[in-house]
Amino acid sequence: MPKVPLWDLPELPQNHLPPHLQLQKTRVSCNNDAPTNTESIIYSGAYAAMGVDNSLRLGEFRKNFKVNVMKLNEEDMEFDLIGIDASIANAFRRILISELPTMAIEKVLVANSSSVVQDEVLAHRLGLIPIKVDPRLFEYMSENDVPNEKNTIVFKLHFKCERKSGERRTVYSHDLEWLPFGSEYVLRTENSSDSTSKPKTYTSFNSSQETLPEFSNNPISVTPGIIISKLGPGQEIELEAHAVKGVGKTHAKWSPVATAWYRMLSEVVLLQDIEDEDAQKLVNKCPVNVFDIEDMGKGVKRATVARPRDCTLCRECIREPGWEEKVALRRVKDHFIFTIESTGALPPEVLFTEAVKILEDKCERVITELS
Amino acid sequence: MEHGSYQDRSASTFSLADEDHTLANSLRFTLNQDPRVTVCGYSIPHPSEARVNIRVQTTGDPANEVLKDSCQDLMMICQHVRSTFDLAVADFKNNKGSGSE
Ligand code: SF4
Repeated sequence: MPKVPLWDLPELPQNHLPPHLQLQKTRVSCNNDAPTNTESIIYSGAYAAMGVDNSLRLGEFRKNFKVNVMKLNEEDMEFDLIGIDASIANAFRRILISELPTMAIEKVLVANSSSVVQDEVLAHRLGLIPIKVDPRLFEYMSENDVPNEKNTIVFKLHFKCERKSGERRTVYSHDLEWLPFGSEYVLRTENSSDSTSKPKTYTSFNSSQETLPEFSNNPISVTPGIIISKLGPGQEIELEAHAVKGVGKTHAKWSPVATAWYRMLSEVVLLQDIEDEDAQKLVNKCPVNVFDIEDMGKGVKRATVARPRDCTLCRECIREPGWEEKVALRRVKDHFIFTIESTGALPPEVLFTEAVKILEDKCERVITELS
Repeated sequence: MEHGSYQDRSASTFSLADEDHTLANSLRFTLNQDPRVTVCGYSIPHPSEARVNIRVQTTGDPANEVLKDSCQDLMMICQHVRSTFDLAVADFKNNKGSGSE
Protein backbone atom coordinates (compact mmCIF):
# COMPACT_ATOMS: atom_id res chain seq x y z
CA MET A 1 0.00 0.00 0.00
CA PRO A 2 1.49 3.42 -0.94
CA LYS A 3 2.14 5.87 1.84
CA VAL A 4 -0.42 8.63 2.08
CA PRO A 5 -0.08 11.59 4.42
CA LEU A 6 -2.58 11.46 7.21
CA TRP A 7 -4.33 14.65 6.18
CA ASP A 8 -4.86 13.32 2.66
CA LEU A 9 -6.86 10.36 3.93
CA PRO A 10 -10.53 10.71 3.18
CA GLU A 11 -12.81 11.64 6.02
CA LEU A 12 -14.20 8.51 7.55
CA PRO A 13 -17.54 8.20 9.21
CA GLN A 14 -17.21 7.91 12.96
CA ASN A 15 -16.50 4.54 14.43
CA HIS A 16 -15.27 3.15 11.15
CA LEU A 17 -11.81 1.84 10.52
CA PRO A 18 -9.84 2.77 7.44
CA PRO A 19 -10.28 0.04 4.81
CA HIS A 20 -6.87 -1.58 5.20
CA LEU A 21 -7.32 -2.00 8.95
CA GLN A 22 -10.85 -3.24 8.47
CA LEU A 23 -9.44 -5.84 6.10
CA GLN A 24 -6.82 -6.92 8.65
CA LYS A 25 -9.43 -7.14 11.35
CA THR A 26 -12.04 -9.11 9.48
CA ARG A 27 -10.10 -11.25 7.02
CA VAL A 28 -7.29 -13.75 7.07
CA SER A 29 -5.13 -13.26 4.00
CA CYS A 30 -3.97 -16.49 2.50
CA ASN A 31 -0.77 -15.68 0.72
CA ASN A 32 1.49 -17.90 -1.26
CA ASP A 33 3.94 -18.43 1.58
CA ALA A 34 1.77 -18.29 4.66
CA PRO A 35 -1.49 -16.90 5.93
CA THR A 36 -1.33 -13.53 7.65
CA ASN A 37 -3.63 -11.62 9.99
CA THR A 38 -4.75 -14.85 11.53
CA GLU A 39 -5.31 -13.43 15.00
CA SER A 40 -8.59 -11.94 16.06
CA ILE A 41 -8.36 -8.43 17.42
CA ILE A 42 -10.48 -8.55 20.52
CA TYR A 43 -9.00 -5.93 22.85
CA SER A 44 -11.56 -3.20 23.34
CA GLY A 45 -8.98 -0.44 23.07
CA ALA A 46 -7.16 -1.83 20.05
CA TYR A 47 -8.17 1.10 17.88
CA ALA A 48 -8.49 3.70 20.62
CA ALA A 49 -5.87 5.90 18.95
CA MET A 50 -8.18 6.21 15.97
CA GLY A 51 -11.22 6.90 18.06
CA VAL A 52 -12.75 3.60 17.13
CA ASP A 53 -14.36 1.60 19.87
CA ASN A 54 -13.68 -2.10 19.56
CA SER A 55 -15.63 -3.14 22.62
CA LEU A 56 -18.49 -5.56 22.74
CA ARG A 57 -21.82 -3.99 22.11
CA LEU A 58 -24.53 -6.53 22.61
CA GLY A 59 -26.98 -4.52 20.55
CA GLU A 60 -24.57 -4.55 17.64
CA PHE A 61 -24.01 -8.27 18.08
CA ARG A 62 -27.72 -8.94 18.09
CA LYS A 63 -28.14 -6.95 14.91
CA ASN A 64 -25.29 -8.62 13.03
CA PHE A 65 -25.54 -12.18 14.20
CA LYS A 66 -27.12 -14.55 11.71
CA VAL A 67 -27.66 -18.25 11.36
CA ASN A 68 -28.37 -19.87 8.00
CA VAL A 69 -29.18 -23.54 7.91
CA MET A 70 -27.81 -25.15 4.78
CA LYS A 71 -28.54 -28.78 5.34
CA LEU A 72 -30.41 -30.65 8.02
CA ASN A 73 -31.48 -34.25 8.41
CA GLU A 74 -31.55 -36.75 11.27
CA GLU A 75 -27.81 -37.20 11.19
CA ASP A 76 -25.96 -34.26 9.74
CA MET A 77 -26.40 -30.60 9.75
CA GLU A 78 -24.56 -27.77 8.11
CA PHE A 79 -25.17 -24.19 9.02
CA ASP A 80 -23.51 -20.81 8.90
CA LEU A 81 -22.81 -18.82 12.02
CA ILE A 82 -22.21 -15.25 10.94
CA GLY A 83 -20.98 -12.49 13.18
CA ILE A 84 -19.50 -14.40 16.09
CA ASP A 85 -15.96 -14.63 17.40
CA ALA A 86 -13.88 -17.75 16.87
CA SER A 87 -13.45 -18.25 20.61
CA ILE A 88 -17.18 -18.75 21.10
CA ALA A 89 -17.69 -20.83 17.98
CA ASN A 90 -14.82 -22.98 19.18
CA ALA A 91 -16.35 -23.30 22.62
CA PHE A 92 -19.51 -24.70 21.02
CA ARG A 93 -17.45 -27.14 19.00
CA ARG A 94 -15.47 -28.29 22.02
CA ILE A 95 -18.63 -28.77 24.08
CA LEU A 96 -20.28 -30.74 21.28
CA ILE A 97 -17.38 -33.14 21.14
CA SER A 98 -16.49 -33.57 24.77
CA GLU A 99 -19.11 -32.32 27.17
CA LEU A 100 -22.50 -33.38 25.92
CA PRO A 101 -23.64 -36.54 27.64
CA THR A 102 -24.89 -39.69 25.93
CA MET A 103 -25.46 -43.27 26.96
CA ALA A 104 -22.81 -45.84 26.11
CA ILE A 105 -22.03 -49.38 27.15
CA GLU A 106 -19.67 -49.24 30.09
CA LYS A 107 -19.86 -52.69 31.68
CA VAL A 108 -19.96 -55.98 29.84
CA LEU A 109 -20.69 -59.15 31.74
CA VAL A 110 -19.43 -62.01 29.67
CA ALA A 111 -21.00 -65.37 30.44
CA ASN A 112 -19.51 -67.14 27.51
CA SER A 113 -17.34 -66.02 24.68
CA SER A 114 -15.55 -68.55 22.59
CA SER A 115 -15.06 -66.44 19.50
CA VAL A 116 -11.58 -65.36 18.47
CA VAL A 117 -12.31 -61.81 19.61
CA GLN A 118 -10.91 -61.41 23.11
CA ASP A 119 -13.30 -60.30 25.83
CA GLU A 120 -11.69 -56.90 26.32
CA VAL A 121 -11.66 -56.18 22.61
CA LEU A 122 -15.26 -57.30 22.41
CA ALA A 123 -16.18 -55.02 25.32
CA HIS A 124 -14.45 -52.11 23.64
CA ARG A 125 -16.30 -52.73 20.39
CA LEU A 126 -19.59 -52.87 22.25
CA GLY A 127 -18.78 -49.63 24.04
CA LEU A 128 -18.41 -47.76 20.79
CA ILE A 129 -21.87 -48.70 19.49
CA PRO A 130 -24.11 -45.61 19.52
CA ILE A 131 -27.31 -46.11 21.50
CA LYS A 132 -30.37 -44.34 20.16
CA VAL A 133 -31.82 -42.91 23.32
CA ASP A 134 -32.25 -39.41 24.67
CA PRO A 135 -29.62 -39.11 27.45
CA ARG A 136 -31.66 -36.37 29.12
CA LEU A 137 -34.01 -39.06 30.38
CA PHE A 138 -31.27 -40.65 32.44
CA GLU A 139 -29.12 -39.72 35.40
CA TYR A 140 -25.42 -40.07 35.88
CA MET A 141 -24.35 -43.05 37.92
CA SER A 142 -21.77 -42.14 40.52
CA GLU A 143 -19.42 -44.57 42.14
CA ASN A 144 -21.60 -45.81 44.98
CA ASP A 145 -24.91 -45.71 43.13
CA VAL A 146 -26.63 -48.98 42.45
CA PRO A 147 -27.62 -49.46 38.86
CA ASN A 148 -31.33 -48.78 38.57
CA GLU A 149 -33.85 -47.98 35.87
CA LYS A 150 -32.89 -44.30 35.90
CA ASN A 151 -29.20 -44.67 35.22
CA THR A 152 -28.64 -47.93 33.39
CA ILE A 153 -29.75 -49.57 30.18
CA VAL A 154 -29.18 -53.29 29.90
CA PHE A 155 -28.73 -55.20 26.66
CA LYS A 156 -28.41 -58.89 26.16
CA LEU A 157 -26.49 -60.66 23.45
CA HIS A 158 -26.75 -64.36 22.91
CA PHE A 159 -25.50 -65.70 19.66
CA LYS A 160 -24.43 -69.16 18.74
CA CYS A 161 -23.02 -70.65 15.62
CA GLU A 162 -23.99 -74.30 15.37
CA ARG A 163 -21.15 -76.68 14.87
CA LYS A 164 -23.17 -78.73 12.44
CA SER A 165 -24.00 -75.80 10.19
CA GLY A 166 -20.35 -75.56 9.21
CA GLU A 167 -20.59 -71.93 8.27
CA ARG A 168 -19.43 -68.69 9.83
CA ARG A 169 -21.86 -66.21 11.22
CA THR A 170 -21.56 -62.51 11.83
CA VAL A 171 -22.78 -60.88 15.01
CA TYR A 172 -24.24 -57.45 14.38
CA SER A 173 -25.10 -54.64 16.75
CA HIS A 174 -28.81 -55.16 16.11
CA ASP A 175 -28.51 -58.58 17.70
CA LEU A 176 -28.29 -56.77 21.02
CA GLU A 177 -31.57 -57.13 22.78
CA TRP A 178 -32.87 -54.50 25.17
CA LEU A 179 -33.82 -55.77 28.62
CA PRO A 180 -36.27 -53.25 30.07
CA PHE A 181 -36.39 -55.18 33.37
CA GLY A 182 -32.67 -54.92 33.91
CA SER A 183 -30.06 -57.58 34.23
CA GLU A 184 -31.12 -61.20 34.00
CA TYR A 185 -27.99 -62.56 35.62
CA VAL A 186 -29.00 -61.54 39.11
CA LEU A 187 -31.87 -63.98 39.05
CA ARG A 188 -29.59 -66.79 38.06
CA THR A 189 -27.22 -66.19 41.00
CA GLU A 190 -30.09 -66.05 43.46
CA ASN A 191 -31.84 -69.14 42.27
CA SER A 192 -29.05 -71.56 41.64
CA SER A 193 -25.71 -72.37 43.09
CA ASP A 194 -23.70 -71.94 39.88
CA SER A 195 -23.12 -68.22 40.27
CA THR A 196 -21.45 -66.08 37.65
CA SER A 197 -17.86 -65.25 38.44
CA LYS A 198 -18.42 -61.54 39.12
CA PRO A 199 -20.30 -60.86 42.35
CA LYS A 200 -21.63 -57.43 41.32
CA THR A 201 -23.52 -58.61 38.29
CA TYR A 202 -26.84 -57.19 39.17
CA THR A 203 -29.08 -54.22 38.61
CA SER A 204 -31.84 -53.23 40.95
CA PHE A 205 -34.62 -51.98 38.72
CA ASN A 206 -37.70 -50.97 40.65
CA SER A 207 -39.84 -51.01 37.58
CA SER A 208 -39.53 -51.88 33.97
CA GLN A 209 -38.22 -49.15 31.69
CA GLU A 210 -41.04 -50.07 29.35
CA THR A 211 -43.52 -48.51 31.75
CA LEU A 212 -41.89 -45.10 31.30
CA PRO A 213 -43.96 -43.11 28.83
CA GLU A 214 -40.90 -42.30 26.71
CA PHE A 215 -40.11 -45.93 25.99
CA SER A 216 -43.51 -47.61 26.09
CA ASN A 217 -43.93 -47.77 22.34
CA ASN A 218 -40.45 -46.72 21.45
CA PRO A 219 -38.05 -49.42 22.56
CA ILE A 220 -34.43 -48.47 23.10
CA SER A 221 -32.28 -49.62 20.22
CA VAL A 222 -28.74 -49.28 19.00
CA THR A 223 -27.47 -48.27 15.59
CA PRO A 224 -27.99 -51.41 13.51
CA GLY A 225 -25.59 -53.02 11.10
CA ILE A 226 -22.32 -52.66 13.01
CA ILE A 227 -20.28 -55.84 13.00
CA ILE A 228 -19.37 -56.88 16.53
CA SER A 229 -17.71 -60.21 15.92
CA LYS A 230 -17.61 -63.21 13.64
CA LEU A 231 -18.20 -66.71 14.89
CA GLY A 232 -16.87 -69.94 13.52
CA PRO A 233 -18.70 -73.28 13.83
CA GLY A 234 -19.34 -74.18 17.47
CA GLN A 235 -18.50 -70.76 18.84
CA GLU A 236 -20.82 -68.77 21.04
CA ILE A 237 -21.16 -65.38 22.63
CA GLU A 238 -23.36 -64.81 25.62
CA LEU A 239 -23.15 -61.56 27.49
CA GLU A 240 -24.93 -58.67 29.05
CA ALA A 241 -23.98 -55.06 28.37
CA HIS A 242 -24.78 -52.26 30.79
CA ALA A 243 -24.91 -48.76 29.37
CA VAL A 244 -24.56 -45.67 31.55
CA LYS A 245 -24.46 -41.93 31.01
CA GLY A 246 -21.18 -40.14 30.49
CA VAL A 247 -19.39 -37.41 28.56
CA GLY A 248 -16.88 -37.49 25.72
CA LYS A 249 -14.18 -36.06 27.97
CA THR A 250 -14.04 -39.34 29.87
CA HIS A 251 -14.12 -41.56 26.83
CA ALA A 252 -14.84 -40.84 23.18
CA LYS A 253 -17.59 -43.45 23.15
CA TRP A 254 -19.81 -40.96 24.97
CA SER A 255 -19.29 -38.28 22.37
CA PRO A 256 -22.66 -37.54 20.76
CA VAL A 257 -21.09 -36.44 17.50
CA ALA A 258 -19.15 -38.45 14.97
CA THR A 259 -17.47 -35.14 14.57
CA ALA A 260 -18.25 -31.46 14.72
CA TRP A 261 -16.17 -28.92 12.93
CA TYR A 262 -16.23 -25.54 11.34
CA ARG A 263 -14.35 -23.69 8.67
CA MET A 264 -14.28 -20.05 7.90
CA LEU A 265 -15.94 -18.92 4.73
CA SER A 266 -13.38 -18.41 1.99
CA GLU A 267 -13.42 -15.30 -0.08
CA VAL A 268 -11.83 -15.08 -3.49
CA VAL A 269 -11.29 -11.62 -4.90
CA LEU A 270 -9.99 -10.78 -8.34
CA LEU A 271 -7.78 -7.75 -7.89
CA GLN A 272 -7.63 -7.03 -11.61
CA ASP A 273 -9.78 -7.88 -14.57
CA ILE A 274 -8.62 -11.23 -15.85
CA GLU A 275 -9.53 -11.64 -19.47
CA ASP A 276 -9.33 -13.97 -22.44
CA GLU A 277 -6.44 -16.40 -22.26
CA ASP A 278 -5.66 -15.65 -18.63
CA ALA A 279 -9.28 -16.18 -17.72
CA GLN A 280 -9.28 -19.62 -19.30
CA LYS A 281 -6.01 -20.40 -17.52
CA LEU A 282 -7.49 -19.39 -14.20
CA VAL A 283 -10.60 -21.50 -14.70
CA ASN A 284 -8.44 -24.49 -15.54
CA LYS A 285 -6.21 -24.01 -12.52
CA CYS A 286 -8.91 -24.39 -9.93
CA PRO A 287 -9.62 -28.02 -9.02
CA VAL A 288 -13.02 -27.26 -7.51
CA ASN A 289 -14.27 -24.88 -10.19
CA VAL A 290 -14.52 -21.71 -8.23
CA PHE A 291 -14.25 -19.53 -11.33
CA ASP A 292 -16.50 -19.04 -14.29
CA ILE A 293 -16.07 -17.19 -17.53
CA GLU A 294 -18.37 -14.39 -18.38
CA ASP A 295 -18.85 -13.15 -21.91
CA MET A 296 -18.44 -9.40 -21.89
CA GLY A 297 -19.41 -8.99 -25.55
CA LYS A 298 -17.10 -8.04 -28.41
CA GLY A 299 -15.31 -11.33 -27.94
CA VAL A 300 -13.94 -10.33 -24.54
CA LYS A 301 -14.14 -13.03 -21.92
CA ARG A 302 -13.63 -12.22 -18.27
CA ALA A 303 -13.14 -14.50 -15.29
CA THR A 304 -15.58 -14.21 -12.40
CA VAL A 305 -15.71 -15.78 -9.00
CA ALA A 306 -18.80 -17.94 -9.10
CA ARG A 307 -18.54 -20.32 -6.17
CA PRO A 308 -16.23 -18.89 -3.48
CA ARG A 309 -17.80 -21.17 -0.87
CA ASP A 310 -16.31 -24.21 -2.59
CA CYS A 311 -12.78 -22.84 -2.43
CA THR A 312 -10.58 -25.13 -0.36
CA LEU A 313 -7.77 -22.56 -0.25
CA CYS A 314 -5.41 -24.98 -1.93
CA ARG A 315 -3.70 -21.84 -3.33
CA GLU A 316 -3.13 -23.45 -6.70
CA CYS A 317 -4.45 -20.34 -8.44
CA ILE A 318 -1.75 -18.11 -6.92
CA ARG A 319 1.10 -20.58 -7.02
CA GLU A 320 2.64 -19.39 -10.26
CA PRO A 321 4.62 -16.16 -10.14
CA GLY A 322 2.58 -13.10 -10.93
CA TRP A 323 -0.78 -14.50 -9.95
CA GLU A 324 -0.68 -13.35 -6.35
CA GLU A 325 -1.14 -9.82 -7.64
CA LYS A 326 -4.23 -10.85 -9.56
CA VAL A 327 -6.11 -13.04 -7.13
CA ALA A 328 -6.53 -12.52 -3.40
CA LEU A 329 -7.57 -15.45 -1.22
CA ARG A 330 -9.03 -14.63 2.12
CA ARG A 331 -11.05 -16.09 4.91
CA VAL A 332 -13.84 -14.25 6.63
CA LYS A 333 -12.98 -14.30 10.32
CA ASP A 334 -16.49 -14.15 11.68
CA HIS A 335 -18.30 -16.40 9.24
CA PHE A 336 -18.22 -20.02 10.30
CA ILE A 337 -19.52 -22.91 8.29
CA PHE A 338 -20.36 -25.33 11.04
CA THR A 339 -20.96 -29.01 10.47
CA ILE A 340 -22.32 -31.45 13.02
CA GLU A 341 -22.54 -35.16 12.43
CA SER A 342 -24.63 -36.82 15.09
CA THR A 343 -24.16 -40.44 16.05
CA GLY A 344 -27.89 -40.90 16.45
CA ALA A 345 -28.70 -40.27 20.10
CA LEU A 346 -30.09 -36.81 19.44
CA PRO A 347 -30.74 -34.92 16.22
CA PRO A 348 -27.96 -32.43 15.42
CA GLU A 349 -30.03 -29.30 15.95
CA VAL A 350 -30.85 -30.43 19.49
CA LEU A 351 -27.20 -31.18 20.11
CA PHE A 352 -26.25 -27.64 19.20
CA THR A 353 -28.85 -26.01 21.43
CA GLU A 354 -27.80 -28.30 24.26
CA ALA A 355 -24.18 -27.28 23.73
CA VAL A 356 -25.09 -23.60 23.94
CA LYS A 357 -27.00 -24.32 27.13
CA ILE A 358 -23.95 -25.97 28.65
CA LEU A 359 -21.88 -22.88 27.98
CA GLU A 360 -24.58 -20.81 29.65
CA ASP A 361 -24.51 -23.12 32.66
CA LYS A 362 -20.76 -22.70 32.93
CA CYS A 363 -21.14 -18.93 33.02
CA GLU A 364 -23.86 -19.20 35.59
CA ARG A 365 -21.67 -21.37 37.76
CA VAL A 366 -18.90 -18.78 37.72
CA ILE A 367 -21.35 -16.02 38.55
CA THR A 368 -22.77 -17.87 41.53
CA GLU A 369 -19.30 -18.77 42.76
CA LEU A 370 -18.21 -15.16 42.60
CA SER A 371 -21.17 -13.64 44.36
CA MET B 1 -13.12 -22.37 42.54
CA GLU B 2 -10.79 -20.07 44.33
CA HIS B 3 -10.29 -16.42 44.24
CA GLY B 4 -6.91 -14.83 44.70
CA SER B 5 -6.99 -11.10 45.20
CA TYR B 6 -5.02 -8.65 47.30
CA GLN B 7 -5.56 -5.23 48.83
CA ASP B 8 -5.96 -3.90 45.36
CA ARG B 9 -9.28 -5.24 44.15
CA SER B 10 -8.68 -4.15 40.59
CA ALA B 11 -6.33 -7.03 39.77
CA SER B 12 -7.08 -10.64 40.50
CA THR B 13 -6.43 -14.13 39.36
CA PHE B 14 -9.37 -16.47 39.35
CA SER B 15 -8.74 -20.14 39.50
CA LEU B 16 -11.59 -22.15 38.05
CA ALA B 17 -11.62 -25.86 38.77
CA ASP B 18 -13.05 -28.32 36.25
CA GLU B 19 -12.86 -25.84 33.42
CA ASP B 20 -10.67 -25.65 30.36
CA HIS B 21 -10.11 -23.65 27.18
CA THR B 22 -13.80 -23.91 26.38
CA LEU B 23 -14.86 -21.44 29.02
CA ALA B 24 -11.58 -19.63 29.55
CA ASN B 25 -11.07 -18.66 25.94
CA SER B 26 -14.64 -17.43 25.55
CA LEU B 27 -14.31 -15.46 28.75
CA ARG B 28 -11.04 -14.01 27.59
CA PHE B 29 -12.91 -12.76 24.54
CA THR B 30 -15.74 -11.13 26.47
CA LEU B 31 -13.33 -9.73 29.09
CA ASN B 32 -11.11 -8.20 26.44
CA GLN B 33 -14.15 -6.61 24.87
CA ASP B 34 -14.94 -4.83 28.11
CA PRO B 35 -13.46 -1.31 28.13
CA ARG B 36 -12.82 -1.53 31.88
CA VAL B 37 -10.26 -4.29 31.38
CA THR B 38 -6.64 -3.34 30.83
CA VAL B 39 -5.06 -6.76 30.80
CA CYS B 40 -6.54 -10.20 30.78
CA GLY B 41 -5.41 -13.67 29.90
CA TYR B 42 -5.62 -17.21 31.02
CA SER B 43 -3.35 -20.16 31.56
CA ILE B 44 -3.68 -23.80 32.33
CA PRO B 45 -0.99 -24.51 34.92
CA HIS B 46 -0.75 -28.20 34.23
CA PRO B 47 -2.39 -30.20 31.47
CA SER B 48 -3.35 -33.09 33.69
CA GLU B 49 -5.08 -30.93 36.23
CA ALA B 50 -8.56 -29.71 35.33
CA ARG B 51 -8.02 -26.12 36.30
CA VAL B 52 -7.57 -22.79 34.59
CA ASN B 53 -6.33 -19.47 35.92
CA ILE B 54 -7.86 -16.32 34.55
CA ARG B 55 -6.02 -13.08 35.17
CA VAL B 56 -8.01 -9.88 35.12
CA GLN B 57 -6.62 -6.36 35.60
CA THR B 58 -8.97 -3.44 35.37
CA THR B 59 -8.85 0.33 35.25
CA GLY B 60 -10.16 0.48 38.81
CA ASP B 61 -13.36 -1.50 39.12
CA PRO B 62 -13.21 -4.63 41.26
CA ALA B 63 -11.98 -7.45 39.07
CA ASN B 64 -14.56 -9.93 40.26
CA GLU B 65 -17.39 -7.59 39.30
CA VAL B 66 -15.91 -7.22 35.85
CA LEU B 67 -15.54 -10.97 35.48
CA LYS B 68 -19.11 -11.43 36.61
CA ASP B 69 -20.30 -8.94 34.01
CA SER B 70 -18.30 -10.74 31.36
CA CYS B 71 -19.96 -14.01 32.27
CA GLN B 72 -23.27 -12.22 32.02
CA ASP B 73 -22.31 -10.93 28.55
CA LEU B 74 -21.33 -14.40 27.45
CA MET B 75 -24.63 -15.74 28.70
CA MET B 76 -26.54 -13.11 26.78
CA ILE B 77 -24.57 -13.98 23.65
CA CYS B 78 -25.41 -17.65 24.16
CA GLN B 79 -29.07 -16.93 24.67
CA HIS B 80 -29.15 -14.87 21.52
CA VAL B 81 -27.32 -17.57 19.57
CA ARG B 82 -29.80 -20.13 20.81
CA SER B 83 -32.90 -18.17 19.92
CA THR B 84 -31.54 -17.19 16.50
CA PHE B 85 -30.51 -20.75 15.84
CA ASP B 86 -33.90 -22.14 16.82
CA LEU B 87 -35.61 -19.66 14.53
CA ALA B 88 -33.32 -20.55 11.64
CA VAL B 89 -33.94 -24.26 12.15
CA ALA B 90 -37.70 -23.78 12.34
CA ASP B 91 -37.54 -21.68 9.18
CA PHE B 92 -35.54 -24.31 7.38
CA LYS B 93 -37.94 -27.06 8.39
CA ASN B 94 -40.95 -25.05 7.27
CA ASN B 95 -39.45 -24.17 3.94
CA LYS B 96 -38.38 -27.69 3.28
CA GLY B 97 -41.85 -28.93 4.13
CA SER B 98 -43.54 -26.55 1.73
CA GLY B 99 -40.84 -27.00 -0.92
CA SER B 100 -41.26 -30.74 -1.21
CA GLU B 101 -45.02 -30.69 -1.42
S1 SF4 C 1 -7.32 -21.58 -3.74
FE1 SF4 C 1 -7.62 -23.47 -4.85
S2 SF4 C 1 -9.79 -23.90 -4.58
FE2 SF4 C 1 -9.51 -21.77 -4.06
S3 SF4 C 1 -9.91 -20.65 -5.93
FE3 SF4 C 1 -7.73 -20.99 -5.87
S4 SF4 C 1 -7.41 -22.88 -6.99
FE4 SF4 C 1 -9.59 -22.77 -6.52
